[in-house]
Amino acid sequence: MSGFEPRVVAFLCRWCAAAGADLAGTNRLQYPPHAIPIRVNCSGRVEPQWVVEALKAGADGVLIGGCHPGDCHYVVGNYKTRRRVYLLRKVLEEMGIEPERVRLEWVSATEGGRFAQVMAEFVAELKRLGPLHEPGGPG
Amino acid sequence: MPETRARIGVFVCHCGKNIAGTVDVAKVAEQAARIPGVVYATHYEYMCSDPGQALLKRAIREHRLTGVVVAACSPTMHEDTFRKAAEEAGLNPYLVEIANIREQVSWVHSGPAATEKAVRVTRTMVAKVQGNRALRPAELGVVRRALVVGGGIAGIQAALDIANAGFDVILVERSPSIGGHMAQLSETFPTLDCSQCILTPKMVEVARHPRIRILAYSEVEEVSGFVGNYRVRIRKKPTFVDPSKCNLCGECARVCPVRVPNEFDRGLSTRTAIYIPFPQAIPSTYTLDVQNCLGILPLRCGKCAEVCEAKAIDFDMHEEILEEEVGAIVLATGYELYPKEAMAEYGYGTVPDVIDGLEFERLLSASGPTRGEIRRPSDGKVPKEVVFIQCSGSRDPEHHKPYCSKICCMYTAKHALLYRHAVPDGQAYVFYIDIRAGGKDYEEFVNRAMQEERILYIRGKVAKVFREGDKVVVWGVDTLTGKRVEVRADLVVLAQAVVPSPGTAELARKLRVACGSEGFLREAHPKLRPLEALTAGVFLAGAAQGPKDIPESVAQASGAAAKVIALLSAPKLAHAPEVAEVNEELCSGCGICAPQCPYGAISVDEVAHVNEILCEGCGTCVAACPSGAMTFRNVEDEQVLRMVRAALEVADVGV
Repeated sequence: MSGFEPRVVAFLCRWCAAAGADLAGTNRLQYPPHAIPIRVNCSGRVEPQWVVEALKAGADGVLIGGCHPGDCHYVVGNYKTRRRVYLLRKVLEEMGIEPERVRLEWVSATEGGRFAQVMAEFVAELKRLGPLHEPGGPG
Repeated sequence: MPETRARIGVFVCHCGKNIAGTVDVAKVAEQAARIPGVVYATHYEYMCSDPGQALLKRAIREHRLTGVVVAACSPTMHEDTFRKAAEEAGLNPYLVEIANIREQVSWVHSGPAATEKAVRVTRTMVAKVQGNRALRPAELGVVRRALVVGGGIAGIQAALDIANAGFDVILVERSPSIGGHMAQLSETFPTLDCSQCILTPKMVEVARHPRIRILAYSEVEEVSGFVGNYRVRIRKKPTFVDPSKCNLCGECARVCPVRVPNEFDRGLSTRTAIYIPFPQAIPSTYTLDVQNCLGILPLRCGKCAEVCEAKAIDFDMHEEILEEEVGAIVLATGYELYPKEAMAEYGYGTVPDVIDGLEFERLLSASGPTRGEIRRPSDGKVPKEVVFIQCSGSRDPEHHKPYCSKICCMYTAKHALLYRHAVPDGQAYVFYIDIRAGGKDYEEFVNRAMQEERILYIRGKVAKVFREGDKVVVWGVDTLTGKRVEVRADLVVLAQAVVPSPGTAELARKLRVACGSEGFLREAHPKLRPLEALTAGVFLAGAAQGPKDIPESVAQASGAAAKVIALLSAPKLAHAPEVAEVNEELCSGCGICAPQCPYGAISVDEVAHVNEILCEGCGTCVAACPSGAMTFRNVEDEQVLRMVRAALEVADVGV
């Protein structure tokens, strides 16, 4: 799929993943620009429905970034996220959508490098998977 | 729909060349102007500057803006700045949002793609602000009283500082006396001050302070409420001695027939069932340890009461549950040493002449079981060769604790030095991995121990400690020469790892405070908020947060006290209004939300209710609600879906 540039939405928790993304910026670490970040307080706020709607609205992939297990600012929000994403990926698979299109990553506020790396990996993976939608499809 | 009447202003910041050097800021403003509802869009060199803020305020007034997006740096930098500026211009601050086009765009991307992403990020935030409502922070009153948990040096210092600022303090201590481990120490490094001599004046000050109420022999049972308004249940165990009558004559202890290991001497001596932990104990009174007493129900002995002329002993005393309201809580529950059972390879627990650092402190102490003479536990002989083993249980991720316990290098140097003072013809060996003496006058102190006292420092780990005859044999390797070392010692002192005191995790759970993987209380931010727990109104002091020496514990305690004083001095507390909210029309009362909440903020009767003061705003309950009744102020589902669509819009972004 040469020339395919995936569209990505990234739900980032405020305390870890978004702060890690900010640190990647402060350190001037370059990564692919495909993902549009949406900051939420906690990855636990991310509703599976948002992810489904994003995929329906034209996204080729959705990233959810939260705090490492045990480090959640809200104590346990990321554990709930982990369960929800696990189930969501199963449902997506049933629907014939590659579960790899929904990625859950733990990125701490000190892991700017890891954020950039996750972004690069995810975009590469989506390029490999190809577009979710037919050209001229939704979005 | 309110957004049809929305009048949004978009302000794109150049941040000098930080943004404008990469992103075509004029294009971003031009594209923003095309979004339905955006009535004003501009770009400016430095939005955070005074002229930039003036531009924002003028536009809010002139264009009667109902919402603002500033496309600039991360919201962690200037969200507050722009929200306050908007408020000054008459716009509710919660109608201002930041589009982060610096940290997450211009600094990490280049070329047209950077401008395209900046346009999308800005659009996304316009979509958000169109759904934002004006919010007001909730205000709440403050109970102007503090609770300090733990009566060691950290708790003592925090209590004194808070009380001296004019606030009442309840100081809860689990054991019969305050003082903590510092009361057990002989001398302190690096000055060799007598520990009790510098501690006891502070203990007396606490006892005399009209604003401090000491609840010794007591434990925190339950905590409810929230910052400024905590309700605490404290269980006060009966001491069976009325402290107001007890005159400390000690007759009771003289007639008591029971002998049990003395905790204060770490089992190196015995005490009676009715006892005072140490002569300077505060509260200054005897305590009847009912578990070791021959029996009071029915009375089996009663000799102590017979001889008490002051009639201070009251066998009818019973446990009390006290309910107190406080505005702030300081956790200063301190440390314990890593248990001896864990160090089988060093013979600990099986070889009597292998002791830990605190036991050695008691041997050194003039008030200790040997009156300050160094005599080993097995046969009372003065040891002529003593081996000190550092990092015993520390810095050993495979078998024990991975972290450095921080205080052991210093106290081991002190131990070895004091041993040499007490036994001038004795030889001290110290096995170490590294010497960490990073503190004021610490390095000099260790050098003094090495050079003046000719203490033999051997770099290497000890493999095995075992008993042979009346000797304790230590096998190790000197890693500097690569040779095996064997020392036939008379006494071995282990610098055991510092671990959180027992019950720390349980207390943390009661307060919804997080513990790190090693069980120490977790601070809100390791660099910038080291004195606070993430639970608002809960502060940390001393070794409960991580291994610390006395000066550090005192400094942190004073810092935590300053935080408490600031909190208790505030006329009102404001609580962020961006929290969960229930649409009672839609709520079925299923209660799925309540167990999702880590703060206990949700109660459910026919419908769910969110206590907006308790709610910290994670939104986990919102995502769990099956009927869409639980919503999140200014992060409504509908808003997020609009943001998603704006982010993904295929329409030309003009780049």
